[in-house]
Amino acid sequence: MPQDLSATPETPKEDDRPKWDNKFQYILSCIGFAVGLGNVWRFPYLCQIHGGGAFLIPYFIALVFEGIPLLHLELALGQCLRKGSIGAWNTISPYLGGVGSWMVSILVSLFYNTVLTWVMWYLINSFQEPLPWSVCPLNENRTGFNEECYESTAVNYFWYRKTLNITPDIAESGTFQWWLILCLAACWAIVYLCTIRGIESTGKAIYVTAIFPYLVLTIFLIQGLTLPGATEGLIYLFTPNLNTLKNPRVWLDAATQIFFSLSLAFGGLIAFASYNPAKNDCEKDAVTVAIVNSMTSLYASIPVFSVLGFKATTAYWDCLDRNIINIINEFDLPEESIMRQNYTSWISFLNSSYPEKIAGLKLKSCDLQEFLDQSVSGTGLAFIVFTQAIILMPGSQAWAILFFIMLFSLGLSSMFGNIEGVFTPLLELQILPKSAPKELLSGIICLISFLIALCFTLGSGSYWIDIFDRYAASVPLLVIAFFEVIGVVYIYKIKRFSEDVEWMTGRKLSLFWQITWRFISPLLLLIVFMAFVTLQMQKPPSYTAWNPNYEGFPMKEEKVYPPWVQAICVLLAALPCVCVPLVALFHLAKQKRRSKEPSLVPPELSSCQGANSNFPHPKE
Amino acid sequence: MLRALLLILSVVAIAHAELCKPDAQNAFKVRISIKTALGDNAYAWDANEEYLFKAMVAFAMRRYSSKSTTQISNVLLCNVTDRVSFWFVVTDSSKNVTTVPGSEVEAAIRMNRNRINNAFLLSDKTLQFLKITSTLSPPVEPSTPVWLIVFGVVLCLIVAGIVFLIVSGIQKHKKKNKESTERENLEEKVEVTLENGIPCEALDLKAGHINGVFAADDDRFTSL
Repeated sequence: MPQDLSATPETPKEDDRPKWDNKFQYILSCIGFAVGLGNVWRFPYLCQIHGGGAFLIPYFIALVFEGIPLLHLELALGQCLRKGSIGAWNTISPYLGGVGSWMVSILVSLFYNTVLTWVMWYLINSFQEPLPWSVCPLNENRTGFNEECYESTAVNYFWYRKTLNITPDIAESGTFQWWLILCLAACWAIVYLCTIRGIESTGKAIYVTAIFPYLVLTIFLIQGLTLPGATEGLIYLFTPNLNTLKNPRVWLDAATQIFFSLSLAFGGLIAFASYNPAKNDCEKDAVTVAIVNSMTSLYASIPVFSVLGFKATTAYWDCLDRNIINIINEFDLPEESIMRQNYTSWISFLNSSYPEKIAGLKLKSCDLQEFLDQSVSGTGLAFIVFTQAIILMPGSQAWAILFFIMLFSLGLSSMFGNIEGVFTPLLELQILPKSAPKELLSGIICLISFLIALCFTLGSGSYWIDIFDRYAASVPLLVIAFFEVIGVVYIYKIKRFSEDVEWMTGRKLSLFWQITWRFISPLLLLIVFMAFVTLQMQKPPSYTAWNPNYEGFPMKEEKVYPPWVQAICVLLAALPCVCVPLVALFHLAKQKRRSKEPSLVPPELSSCQGANSNFPHPKE
Repeated sequence: MLRALLLILSVVAIAHAELCKPDAQNAFKVRISIKTALGDNAYAWDANEEYLFKAMVAFAMRRYSSKSTTQISNVLLCNVTDRVSFWFVVTDSSKNVTTVPGSEVEAAIRMNRNRINNAFLLSDKTLQFLKITSTLSPPVEPSTPVWLIVFGVVLCLIVAGIVFLIVSGIQKHKKKNKESTERENLEEKVEVTLENGIPCEALDLKAGHINGVFAADDDRFTSL
């Protein structure tokens, strides 16, 4: 009898589900997903406005009682049930529709990649000498600079006009910006290239995109600390002001920052964990990922604030120098008679002797604290403040290229997690026939996302991205996470889940997890959700628009959203949340039609150990 | 004789003082910042530099109006301060005790600004003629924007990567299909071979061959 008969598919060991090449790849993917742009441009800002070092106290409390338990729950869930988010939720109970987190992943992928488009645009513009955001272009008859640029700064002009070509109002859509469309296509092509075969391809790409930002952060750390004024920035950042802890807003910001920073409730973490071998220590993984994420935030804030301190110091010196030149010109004093050091003594002397002349000069008061106080977060930090600081450094092209490649890698590794959260459930639902290759599904996802994201390349695109960021990526996640915890603890039953986790990790579930999963985390989520919603409701939703015709230009104009935009905001926030009761009603109706007793307890077979020992014929 | 000479000199001096004073008609203020421009290599502003300045202005006037009537003595400097700033006027030698109109001076200076700056190793910012604006030089624009070139390179790499991955995926798929069909064929062959209980080759070989065992055993069948 010929010996070349291989094992039949019925052997309960191998299945078609893709696997991580090694454990390091899995951890790196989770870290890459969690560590994103927010670690660089949101955490340092929060630290600064909420009393510096004192902010770390609510931050670590939130990490221990909210972040790590929820992260452990998601990883354990995915690893145990070995399905993407929709499948996992369906397994817990068909009444908890999993479509909510899948929808949030789609919405976030759309706008997140557009932010990467902006990063890419700045990156490819960094190869020029001089940097295009350092000089103002001339006006038509070449007698002076472009007016919009002259009144604000060259950096602002490049961001608002040359990059976004922003309209003064969200209702005016403007035209498509062809350069942004090109960059958007390139970004989606890169995402497709990396996610083409699911984790087989992202697993290779993650080695670069997850490790490279740490290298660049270290380089910036060394460079930043050598810049003048860096110490002022760092002292300003870390000086603890314990009085701010009395403000509940600080605690809310800490809780939301931890929650969104760890990328919980997207479904991406469940998808990543589902590719693990069943017996894997998910508890250690969760703690590792959460701690690395927080440490990265802290590590990133040091170079960011060194550079911001440098920028504030340079602006302060510029202010002084301008005043000095004005005084010297007015009084015809010899050059270099007034230096920065003796400026104050000179000013007081001149003020006493020639007060009218001094008053006539209209000197600006230069205060270093004031410059340090100008705190910005988000895109403003990266594209306006940081780019301005980079111009002042020697060798600015190299620094700009490094900085934007770092931002791009940070964002790209988070995109992998988002796309995985979309891809894995679709793969399991078998939208495409089995013979169709995986490459086709990922190609379709990327193509459709690209076409929808084209609307963010309009003139009003950045206003829409703010809306998506504020409404689609905030409230729904809190709701979904809350239902996740409640579903696992009370519907799937914590006793069964702790047995599953014990089977996977090999040790008994400690009391800490029991308490946090059962009471503390759901309670915290509920409080955060209510506080968040209350705060949003307090003032009518408004935005700041860049309007060159505004009287207070270059200040941004405060505008209220028109009613149709407010309706879209509500839709974005409510749609993923409403999936849960909708699917529940749908299933309830289906059960009633079958006239069976509606039972919330799923069959015994769907527990971890059941799924792994009584191995069903692999559908994948 | 001497008295007449003194009288003429004093008249000239007074006339000059009348012509060149701060905010006089057709007078321009100049502000020079040598230390800012040259740092350690800064030279001191003295009478020689003033002479050079007068020469440059006269040169500018000559080039502009292309008549060689302007002399160095036509350029008057006054109110030199420590800042290094002073006022100057250009007198008209043909018409006595009048100054050349400000617009002409301005145009002449503008035309020759570059030469004047270079004579003093200064720039538009450090040798300022207040009230005379300088035309700004246009920024250097390459024919194709640089970013488009970089973008083209990046896009080519990405497309090459995607094509490579897709093609290798298709090849792997085909190879897997070929392997699985080969395996199926082999199984079928083995099954077919085994199904009969006797290898086909054996049957073929034995085609038409009488089995002696059965042929010889006539006793099994009872004779009629």
